[in-house]
Amino acid sequence: MSYLITTKNILLETILTITNLNKKFGVLHAVNNLSLEIKKGNVYGILGPNGSGKSTTLGIILNVVNKTSGEYKWFGGKLETHEALKKVGAIIERPNFYPYMSAYENLKLVCHIKEISENKIDEKLEVVGLLDRKNSKFKTFSLGMKQRLAIASALLNDPEILILDEPTNGLDPQGIRQIRDIIKLIASNGTTILLASHLLDEVEKVCSHVLVLQKGKMLYSGKVDGIMSNEGFFELEASNLNQLSETLSQLSAVEKITIEEGKVLVFLKTPMEASELNTYLFQKGIVLNHLVKRKFSLEEQFLALTKN
Amino acid sequence: MIRLLHIEFQKIWKNRASRILTIAYFILLSFVALLASINFKFIGIDFRLADMGLFNFPFIWHFNTYMASILKLFLAIVIVSMMANEYSYGTLKQNLIDGLSKKEFILSKFYTVVAFALASTVFMFVLNLILGLNFSSYNEADIIFKDTSYLVAYFLKLVGFFSFCLFLGILVKRSAFALGFLFVWNIVEAILKWNVFAKLNKSETFSQFLPLESMSNLIREPFTRLNIIKNIETTVGGEAISRDYSVQFIPCIIVSIWILIFIILSYKILQKRDL
Repeated sequence: MSYLITTKNILLETILTITNLNKKFGVLHAVNNLSLEIKKGNVYGILGPNGSGKSTTLGIILNVVNKTSGEYKWFGGKLETHEALKKVGAIIERPNFYPYMSAYENLKLVCHIKEISENKIDEKLEVVGLLDRKNSKFKTFSLGMKQRLAIASALLNDPEILILDEPTNGLDPQGIRQIRDIIKLIASNGTTILLASHLLDEVEKVCSHVLVLQKGKMLYSGKVDGIMSNEGFFELEASNLNQLSETLSQLSAVEKITIEEGKVLVFLKTPMEASELNTYLFQKGIVLNHLVKRKFSLEEQFLALTKN
Repeated sequence: MIRLLHIEFQKIWKNRASRILTIAYFILLSFVALLASINFKFIGIDFRLADMGLFNFPFIWHFNTYMASILKLFLAIVIVSMMANEYSYGTLKQNLIDGLSKKEFILSKFYTVVAFALASTVFMFVLNLILGLNFSSYNEADIIFKDTSYLVAYFLKLVGFFSFCLFLGILVKRSAFALGFLFVWNIVEAILKWNVFAKLNKSETFSQFLPLESMSNLIREPFTRLNIIKNIETTVGGEAISRDYSVQFIPCIIVSIWILIFIILSYKILQKRDL
C-alpha cells in the first residue's frame, strides 16, 4: 500500500521545488533552511503562527523578496521565474489594484501582463460573483469584494497553481464564508492550491496536505490525515475518579492519565476501542457515567507542534 | 515594447489627475503660439513679439524649445506619481507577482518617458514649423531646417529630466517627497556651482557634469541673442559680448550618460529591495 502511494507521488508532476532556502532580515532568520516540494493536484495548507516565515517564503518564490541563499525552481526550472509566474495565480496579504480603474480594467491590465486574451474576464468575475459590478471603480469595493476580485484576477490564466496568503484576513463572517466556498469550488476542479492561513479549520476542511512552519523551520510536512491519525484519547467519568485512574494505569495500552474538570483523560499508546475499555472497566467493577473517544483536532496537533 | 507601453499608458490614462496634467501640458505647449499675437504699447510704439524676430527661422527652434522645456515640470509630476503610486497602491508587488519582471517594469516606465519626450518633440517640430512659416522673414528650406539640432537637444533634455524624476520616484517612493528632493537637489547644484566650485575657480569645468546643470547646458538661454537685448548690452557695456548658442556635443554626452546612470540605478534599487 505504502509502495503504491510512493509510486503515485513520483508520477505526479512537480510544480515547485524549494531547496535549503534561507532568508535573513538582519539578525532575524525568517526562513531557515527550508526545503519542500509542491506536486500537481494536491491542496496544500501552510500553517504557522504569525512571523513564522510563511509570507516571506511565498514572497521569495513570487519574485518580490530576495532570498539570502538556497534555491527554488518553478516547473522543474524550465522557465525563468517571471515567465513561470504567468502560469501561477497568486494573492498576497491584501488585494492590490489600481483604485481609479474599474474591476474590468484592472483585470484587463493583468491580462496584458500575463500575455493572455481578455475573453476570460467575465467568466472569472462570474465565479467570484462580481460580474454585475465589473464597471465599478475598485476604490468603491468593500474589502470582501476586493479580495474576491483578487481571486478572479489570480484565476484569469487558469493557473497551474493558485497561491493564497491569508485570503480571509480581516473579512466579516459572510466574506470568510464566500471566500471559503470559492476556494472549495476551485479545489474541486482539481486545481493545485497552496493556502497559507492560521485558520486551522479552514485548512482542515480544504487541504489534503499540510506544512507546519515555525520560526522559519519546517516542523511537519505531510498529509492532513497523517497529522491527525493519532491513537486519540478517551474522556471518562465515574463516581470514584481515583479508583478509576488506578484501574486504568494497569492497562498496557495506556500512555498517560490526567484528571481535568472532573473527567479522566486517557491517552493511548496502542489502538483500543471504546467497547474494549468499557468491558474491561466493568469487569473490574467500575461503571462509567461518561465515555467518549476523541481524536486530536488539527488545532490541538498544531498547538502541540508549535509549543516550544 | 508595445506591450509594455500599452500597460503603462493604461495606468496613466485611466488616472484622472495624470490625464488632466498631460492634456494641460500639451495645451500649454501650444500656447507658445499665442506669444506670436502678443501686442503691447511701449512709449507709444506698437510692439509685436512676432515682429521682433522671435519666430524667424532658424532662431525659432532655439527660442521655442527653450521656452517649452520650462513646462516639463508638468510631465515630471505625472512621471513621479506614476512611480510613487505603484508603491502606495502595492501594485508594484502585484505586477511582479502577475509575471512582469523587474527589468520589464523599469523598461515600461522608461519607454513611457521616451514616448512623452518624443511626443513633445514632434509636437514642437510641427508647431514651430507652422509658426515659422507664418511669421518668419525667411523661408528657404536650408534656413528653415538649419538649427533643428535644438530639437535633438530638447528631446535629450526631456528624457534626461524625466529619467531623473523616475529615479527619484523609485528611490523616495512618495511623489511629494520626490519632487521636494528634486527642488533640494536644484539648490545643492546651485551651491556647488556658485560656492564650492567657484572657490576652486573651476565653476564651469566641474558644474557641467552635474545632472541638472548639464541638462540646462543643452539649450542655452536665447534672450541675449535678440537684437533688442544685444543693443542694450552694447550700449551699457560698450561692446558686444559674443556667445556660442549652438547645441554643444559635450553636454549631449554628459546627459546621455546621466540617463544611463538613472535607469540602471533605478533597476538596481528595484532588484535589491524586498517589497
